[in-house]
Amino acid sequence: MSRRSNDKLLMRNLFGTCALAVVAALFQWITPVRADPRADAIERPSAEVMARALKSIWPNPKAGWEKRIEQDDTQSSCSRYRNDPPSEEAKAITERETARIVLPTDGKVLGDWKAGEKIASSGRGGQFSDPPGTENGGNCYACHQLAKSEVAYGTLGPSLTNYGKDRGYSLDAAKAAYAKIFDSEATFACSNMPRFGIHGFLSEQQIKDVVAFLFDKESPVNK
Amino acid sequence: MKTYKSLFSIAVLSLAFFGLPTLTRADEASDTGKEIEHYREMIDDPMANPGYFNVDRGEQLWQTPRGSKAVSLQTCDLGKGPGVVDGAYAELPRFFADANKVMDLEQRLLWCMKTIQDLDTADVLSRKFASTGTTSDMEDLVSYIANKSNGMKFHLSLATAQEKEAYAVGRELFYRRSSLLDFSCATCHGEDGKRIRLQELPNLSKPGKDAQSTMGSWPAYRMSQSQTRTMQNRIFDCYRQMRMPPPDYASDGITALITYLNKQAEGGVINVPSIKR
Repeated sequence: MSRRSNDKLLMRNLFGTCALAVVAALFQWITPVRADPRADAIERPSAEVMARALKSIWPNPKAGWEKRIEQDDTQSSCSRYRNDPPSEEAKAITERETARIVLPTDGKVLGDWKAGEKIASSGRGGQFSDPPGTENGGNCYACHQLAKSEVAYGTLGPSLTNYGKDRGYSLDAAKAAYAKIFDSEATFACSNMPRFGIHGFLSEQQIKDVVAFLFDKESPVNK
Repeated sequence: MKTYKSLFSIAVLSLAFFGLPTLTRADEASDTGKEIEHYREMIDDPMANPGYFNVDRGEQLWQTPRGSKAVSLQTCDLGKGPGVVDGAYAELPRFFADANKVMDLEQRLLWCMKTIQDLDTADVLSRKFASTGTTSDMEDLVSYIANKSNGMKFHLSLATAQEKEAYAVGRELFYRRSSLLDFSCATCHGEDGKRIRLQELPNLSKPGKDAQSTMGSWPAYRMSQSQTRTMQNRIFDCYRQMRMPPPDYASDGITALITYLNKQAEGGVINVPSIKR
C-alpha cells in the first residue's frame, strides 16, 4: 500500500471517528433527561397530608395573613392541573373570572402614563419585608418588555412594546387591557400573570395609569 | 479577617458592576473567557471565596463541645453513620428512623443539637441567617458539611414510604398557587430560558441540568448580601417575593420541597460554597 493511500485511510478513519462523535453528542443533546420513573410514579399526597405540611410551614401566620395560605377555586384548580387545565375546566375558570371583573364606574380606563411607568417598574409591596404603608407596584418589567429604552426586562410574559400603537390606540383595546390587568385569567385560564384587580393589589387608579402607559401616544412604550 | 472580607466584597462587587457588563460584548470575548476563568478560580480557591470562612467556622463548631452535655456534634448521624460527614449532604433529605421523619441537613443538625448536646437551640435559631456582625451557626455548619460532598453527585433513593411522601408533598408545594399574586414556584421555575428582569431563571420543574446546577451550588456566598446562604434561606426569600408569610425555618414542609428539588437534581455534582450575585 502506498503512503498516500495510507494517509487517505487515516483521514477516512479520522473523519469517521469525528462523525461518530458528533452523532453521539447530538443524540445526547436531543435525548431529554428523563425523570426517575419511580419518582414520577409517586402518587399525589392526600388533602390531609398537604394540610399538615402547610401547617408546618406556616403554623402561626400573623393576623390578616391567613388568607394568603388558603386558595380560591381558581388557584386550587390551576395547582391541581399544573397550569394546564383540560378544556372544560379552562372554560369554567375563564367564565368564573370574567364574572368577577369590575370596570371603572366612570367608564374611563386611561390614567397618567408617567405614574403607570413607575408602577410598571416597582416590585415593592405586599412582602413581609416591606415596611407598613408601602405602595404596591405592578412590577410589569419583571416579566414584560415595555419601553424599548429599558433593557432590564424579563421574559416570562410576551413583549408589550408598541402595545397601544399596534392596536391603533383603540379605546376598546384599552378596555380589554384594563380587564386583562384586573383579571388575566378571564382571558387565559391559569395564566402566570397575577390577577391584580381581583386581589386588590393594584387600585383602580393604578390600573388606569398602567393602561395609559400602554396606550398613551407619548408613552415610551409606543415610541 | 473582617477587613479582609469587606475588602474582598468590594473587589468582587466592583467586578460584578464593572467587569460583568463586558460579558455581553462579543468583541471582548477573550476577556470574557478570562473573567469566567477567574471567577471559577475564585470559587475553587479557599483563600478567595469568603464562603470558606463559613466552612472553617463550621468545622470548628462541629468539633466543639456544647450544650448541657458538653459534647461535640461528632457523633451526630447525618445518614451515613454517626460522625460521617463525607458525602452526607449528597443524600439529604432522607428518612431518619430515630426521629421518625424525613429531615434535611438543617433539621437534622437542630435535632442533633437537642438530643446529643442538649443545647437550647433558641439562640442558634435567632441567628439562623447571619447579619452584619453576627455569624450563623447553621450557615457555618451547613457550609462545612455540604462542602464535604464536593465532587459527589446528588442521590436520593426515596426508598422509604416517608421519603416518597416528602417528595410528593414537595412536588405539590412546587405547583401550589396562592396569595396576592397567584404565584407558585412553577410561575418562575417552570419553563426553560426565562428571565425576571435580567436574572436568568432555572427550570426546576424537570430533572436535569438546571436543577443539577442550581441545587449543586447551594450553599452560596451571596455578594449582594455579603453572607453565605443555604437553600433554606433561598426558599425563605422566594416565599417572601411570592407574598407569602415567612416560612417556618427547618419545617417538615420546607424539607419536603427540598426533597423534591434535590431529587430533580439527581446526578448533579455538588461544588460548594459557590459564589452568587
